[in-house]
Amino acid sequence: MSNIFPKVANKVPGWIMLGISLKVLAIVAAIYYYMTPSYTRAGYQPVQPVPFDHSLHVGQVGLDCRYCHSFVDRSEHSNVPSTNTCMNCHEVIQKDSPKLAPVWESHRSGEPIEWVKIHKTPDYVYFNHSVHVNRGISCVHCHGNVDEMEVVWHDKSLSMAFCLECHRNPEQFIRPVEDVYDLKWEPTQEWLETGAAEFVHNYKVLPPESCSGCHR
Amino acid sequence: MIRTILIVYVLIIIATVSILGFRGDKTRKEPLYLFPDMDRQSKFHPQGENPFYDNKMDDRLPVINTIPRGNELELAVVFSEDYSAEDLLNVELQTGRDAAGEWATDFPIDVTRDVIEMGKVKYDIFCAVCHGLAGNGQSVVTSKGLPAANLLLQNFIDQPHGEIYNTIAYGKNLMGAYGDKLSPEERWAVVLYVRALQRANQGTMEDVPDGMKRELGI
Repeated sequence: MSNIFPKVANKVPGWIMLGISLKVLAIVAAIYYYMTPSYTRAGYQPVQPVPFDHSLHVGQVGLDCRYCHSFVDRSEHSNVPSTNTCMNCHEVIQKDSPKLAPVWESHRSGEPIEWVKIHKTPDYVYFNHSVHVNRGISCVHCHGNVDEMEVVWHDKSLSMAFCLECHRNPEQFIRPVEDVYDLKWEPTQEWLETGAAEFVHNYKVLPPESCSGCHR
Repeated sequence: MIRTILIVYVLIIIATVSILGFRGDKTRKEPLYLFPDMDRQSKFHPQGENPFYDNKMDDRLPVINTIPRGNELELAVVFSEDYSAEDLLNVELQTGRDAAGEWATDFPIDVTRDVIEMGKVKYDIFCAVCHGLAGNGQSVVTSKGLPAANLLLQNFIDQPHGEIYNTIAYGKNLMGAYGDKLSPEERWAVVLYVRALQRANQGTMEDVPDGMKRELGI
């Protein structure tokens, strides 16, 4: 009786195994890379009704974040400024610029400017801005260097893993309260070694890790 | 045969990456929710949209001819029978005018170092943009053509506290109102800090404590 299978058939199971593992590897890698918020949400940069340039207003004019987002330190919600905030300066400065036309339109009619919301937490997440900025968590941790952005984009993943990374080790991310709005602040060696841990202790920073801390 | 399969494998990976791109790539497309679960619920958010109202704004203005009953979080406190909003009933604190309707010349808040510090924080955020960090009316904004008052001038030194408070709350000439950004206590703290700036500008050698002179090199 002659051999039914040629000798090369001995290798077939190996090839099949290798093929399946390569396929599984590719699928797992693709899911990890493409189906997490680091890919799906980060980088979202919508066109806004007014081409407001953060880098100009912060870098050149020197506005503090709180000039426009005036309730970030008192409210869960960090507000988008109302039209009259823009008009405090732009009633005079660059008033004929076509970029400001929607602002004037809103100023005259009283209708709001429809800004496109970029950072959206899911509706079952109760994120509170004021407790974070008042306990030494800077805007830059979640929003990136908005002070250098001409057009704002979604910089960080803002996934739950992202939140927990900091909630588990606040001393690695925390900074002195007075430097929260200085997005270019860099920690000193002393701060990293002792300051941050002291701050976490003295300010009783106890970030919740239980579900109900954020989900209600 | 195996070679072909490997080539196809690599090509599929290249095709996927070239279509889907990399993490953090800028896109104008709205984020895709692969598992929407209850991410977007039918509830209204701060500054959100509400089709029920004409201007589609979710946030409503206070009803005309009503006054807020404070910002207490506990409803039981706000609506208790003996609730008294002392701050709201303090005319001078709220309006900058005394009982006779004249500009207040004293402070309805405690004048402490902490309050001045708080005034400095608020001044540096909201006022320094135009009036300058020193209050002298020199800033980037004024260099762009929006004139701002030099708060160190005598006529502002002579203004009663209440008048400055009123300007902060309601604006004056080209200056917009800042009452929506600063609570009454914060406005008074800013008035206090403006006074501190004016005083500092009028300082003389006699004001410098002896111990400090060497430190300052004078």
